[in-house]
Amino acid sequence: MQAGELEQIVASAQEQINQCDELKALDDLRVSFLGKKGVLTLQLRNLGNVPADQRRAAGQAINQAKQAVEAALIARKEALAEAALAERLKNERVDVTLPGRGSNNGSLHLVTRTMDRMVEIFTRLGFGVATGPEIEHDEYNFEALNFPPHHPARAMHDTFYFPDGRLLRTHTSPVQVRVMREQQPPVRIIAPGRVYRSDSDQTHTPMFHQLEGLLVDENVSFADLKGILQTFVNSFFEREVPIRLRPSYFPFTEPSAEVDIAWEKADGSTSWLEVLGCGMVHPNVLNGCNIDSERYTGYAFGMGVERMAMLRYGVNDLRQFFENDVRFLGQFA
Amino acid sequence: MKVSVDWLAELTGLELDGNDLAKRFTSAGLEVDEVVPAGAALDGVVVAEIVSAEPHPDAERLQLCQVNAGGDELVQIVCGAPNARKGLKAPLATIGGVLPGGMKIKRAKLRGVESFGMLCSARELELSEDTAGLMELPGDAPVGQSLYDYLTLNDEILTLELTPNRSDCLGMYGLARECAALHENRWEAPEAPAIAAEIDDTLPIVLNAPDGCPRYVGRVIREVDASQPSPLWIQERLRRNGVRSISAVVDITNYVLLELGQPMHAFDLNHLAGGIDVRWAAEGEQMTLLDGSEITMNPRHLLITDGTKPVALAGIMGGQGSMVSDDTKEVFLESAWFAPPAIMGRARDLGMATDAAHRFERGIDPSIQSLAIERATELILKICGGKPGPLCLAESSKHLPQPQTVTLRQQRLNALVGIDIPTDRVTAILHDLGMLVEKTDAGWRVTPPAARMDLAIEEDMIEEVVRVFGFDHIPAKRPGGHLRPEPIPEHILAQSRIRDRLSDSGYREAVTYSFVDRNLLKPFGWDEAVIALANPISQDMDVMRPSLVPGLLQALRHNIQHQQQRVRLFELGATFDAKGEGTQRVAAICYGSVAPEQWGAAARMVDFFDSKGDLEALLALTATGAEDRFEPVDHAWLHPGQAAAVYRNGERLGWVGALHPSLLQALDIEGQVYAFEMDLQRLQQRNLPVYQAYSRYPSTRRDLSLLVPEAVTAAQLQQAINNQGGAELKSALVFDVYDGPGVEKGYKSLAIGLILQKDSSTLTDSEADAFVSALLEELRAQLGVTLRG
Repeated sequence: MQAGELEQIVASAQEQINQCDELKALDDLRVSFLGKKGVLTLQLRNLGNVPADQRRAAGQAINQAKQAVEAALIARKEALAEAALAERLKNERVDVTLPGRGSNNGSLHLVTRTMDRMVEIFTRLGFGVATGPEIEHDEYNFEALNFPPHHPARAMHDTFYFPDGRLLRTHTSPVQVRVMREQQPPVRIIAPGRVYRSDSDQTHTPMFHQLEGLLVDENVSFADLKGILQTFVNSFFEREVPIRLRPSYFPFTEPSAEVDIAWEKADGSTSWLEVLGCGMVHPNVLNGCNIDSERYTGYAFGMGVERMAMLRYGVNDLRQFFENDVRFLGQFA
Repeated sequence: MKVSVDWLAELTGLELDGNDLAKRFTSAGLEVDEVVPAGAALDGVVVAEIVSAEPHPDAERLQLCQVNAGGDELVQIVCGAPNARKGLKAPLATIGGVLPGGMKIKRAKLRGVESFGMLCSARELELSEDTAGLMELPGDAPVGQSLYDYLTLNDEILTLELTPNRSDCLGMYGLARECAALHENRWEAPEAPAIAAEIDDTLPIVLNAPDGCPRYVGRVIREVDASQPSPLWIQERLRRNGVRSISAVVDITNYVLLELGQPMHAFDLNHLAGGIDVRWAAEGEQMTLLDGSEITMNPRHLLITDGTKPVALAGIMGGQGSMVSDDTKEVFLESAWFAPPAIMGRARDLGMATDAAHRFERGIDPSIQSLAIERATELILKICGGKPGPLCLAESSKHLPQPQTVTLRQQRLNALVGIDIPTDRVTAILHDLGMLVEKTDAGWRVTPPAARMDLAIEEDMIEEVVRVFGFDHIPAKRPGGHLRPEPIPEHILAQSRIRDRLSDSGYREAVTYSFVDRNLLKPFGWDEAVIALANPISQDMDVMRPSLVPGLLQALRHNIQHQQQRVRLFELGATFDAKGEGTQRVAAICYGSVAPEQWGAAARMVDFFDSKGDLEALLALTATGAEDRFEPVDHAWLHPGQAAAVYRNGERLGWVGALHPSLLQALDIEGQVYAFEMDLQRLQQRNLPVYQAYSRYPSTRRDLSLLVPEAVTAAQLQQAINNQGGAELKSALVFDVYDGPGVEKGYKSLAIGLILQKDSSTLTDSEADAFVSALLEELRAQLGVTLRG
């Protein structure tokens, strides 16, 4: 074998390998050079014909040639894979600015969103959640709350009645009675829910939502009531919002108060807006629930959920809450 | 209620500013809605006298008046008012003057004659609603004086929103007491007039219902001239306090009403057959009221009678025929105290709302009935003349409320309020409010004035002290309290999770009214089994909803009408059965395409399985250990071929399906709507998951293409597979359904994937084969199902 022959084989192999541009052809080349009957394999096999003193050197030369060809094969294979990947990636390019598939979110009602927020604040403050029926007995809605029959205070509630004398609860306050008849103090609950009054105009709908709060324990004072309300208002609006309590009248609390918040209007001026009613639980209510009004005192408050939602989210027409127009619903996802 | 600030200032002797007073009242619990001037500025409007009035040469209905407006020369005015006459004093708007509406007075020519101003009616000056001619001013009105000054219109009017407990403030005396207290003064009522009788005439009074009317005071006044209008100062006070002027005697009783808060009635004595008998009505007794309405009464109604007939519905309204008129010469005045329970609710039941009823229901001062008679007599004598008889008084003192002395403990006061209010301040507040205050070791003994019928217990007194002390002066305490960790009920899934799941499936939450139109329920067949309101706000909200779906469909229709093509809505809320029993439910409806229009997904309308899939997603939230079953069902409101009842552990949860096309047509909705409605509380029930060990060996899947008789449901097939399954069958899923060409008629093809696995070793091929052939044998025997060839 000529010394230059191996070099020619390697050179020819390298040239063919580098020109090869697909994996199958590359594999054929591998077989033709390094396979069982490959050119270089045959060279090795013919080593027996080489004089013994040259055999070692010749073997080494052939192995070097094999390694050179293998290295070329691997390099070429990697280059081809790389090119193939680059090509694939190029073909798989998309317009990433096109919208994604299946964006199909619905939304929660603004009342739910607001109520959830209110409930969360009060549950963090240690209040449990209680509920009661919407079709109520006069007993719970009025009588046990210190509204005697025909009392003019009842005229403050335009009540929906059923022929049998039951009614649609006009406030969430009956839940107070239901809870206190089941449980001795300490009582610490909120009661969110639907309430009904026969009133319909720009600022009234015959159905709306309230959230009631009740805390009865030893040593509960009006100052505590003020504290919980201020805490709630600040938490709900995520800022310090001054509140003002004005004396008022509810048969089931005494003293009673209406609560205004200082609301900044679009023009920068501030005005007082009424947001809720509250007071110290009337002893007649406690006694009627078999709670010792000498030992225990308590406070109660009730607020309109829609009212709070309107302030928080800038809704200006109460009636939209129940029109269920998706253009409204979809704004509060 | 409207209140003149000047009147209050006069009674209290205080200098008052309307806005300041409004602030004080509001922060003491008497909410002031608005403060307005008592009258417009009336620039250039003066008192004038018509010196002569001649007919207009060219206009029948106009007069040519020469008017003295206080200047050197008379002013010529053309006037169309029928009461323009020589000698009349009336307001004149002079040239350059401005009327309340903004109209500027200029020289004008009326039918060829020049007019240098305008004589005005009270209406044009916004001093009355009356349109009848020129405003007639008293003869002593000073010519040339500005009308604004003459009428002292530099007054303010407060509109008060009184709470029902403060009936004492329905009169000026009560407001004066309150107003003084809010200026740290105690108010004392003016000395009561005592009128000496000039004649002996009386009317016997019998109280046959002393529980309802424990005191009745009256007086006969003869030779009264009731034909004159009341003086301007009374008319103005009435106007500023929101009462219309009617006639002198009536205006006087109304004036006393405003002043003292005591409703009065003036009878024409000649129309009373005899003495007064106050009694309960007989069942079915009838009378005609002043306003002409005829009412039928029952023994709940308290009557004033003259022994022969009812002459007034006590505390509510007088009867027709016995009231004073312009011709009345002999008057009988009534001032009575009616117990609130005898009046409460009666007017409302009759569909009436009168001022008297409003006051008596809330309770008037039980100490002022005689005072009111004396005051009214004083004014009648002054204005209408007449000869008064002695007071006629009948009372049953044991039925009259007695002032309650209340013990106020200082410790209780401070504990309830949360701060210590200085002792002297408490004493002063109570004193200023007109109470009899006695300091004791532990606090105070307090007797409220008779008018304060709302004060009976310690908390009432605490409220009085605090509201005057000022809520603003009570600090806000940081919330505290003991920790009371309560178990959290994990077996009830939070409603918020259900809301979130639906919302994440593209549904928008709606809140619809709990009352619906009964007619809306007819197409559902639900219009009978509902509970109706006795007094619905309108006919389209007359019954309580038995289901959430009708309301959602109304909302859907609204949205379709507003160009929405794809709508998904859900609601959680109470529904009601015919007895009014409430059940919380969740319902969802979907309409339109399955997904919002999108470049990368083929558009497809929703179908039954989309809706069912959304429902299954909900069911899955609480499915642990539960067995859910869908059964074909026949409901009037659902498509007969696409409706299923949903059961969990054999208990019905609700339904899912396509709404019946006829229903949608009746509701004017085009297209298909799918819906489901579930019992919410049952859906929320769930079991705690209990850990199950899982097999560590590989599983094997075998797919079977089965030929299934058409009548056999997927659920039946599934059930049969599960029954046969045993421990090795981990799951069986339907991965294809086909009933096109190549499938024998009467059959359908279902492809089932079986996942097989053993817990203790690897399942061998031959075990899997054995399982499949045993299963096929069973399916063939049970359901006639065969392997598709």
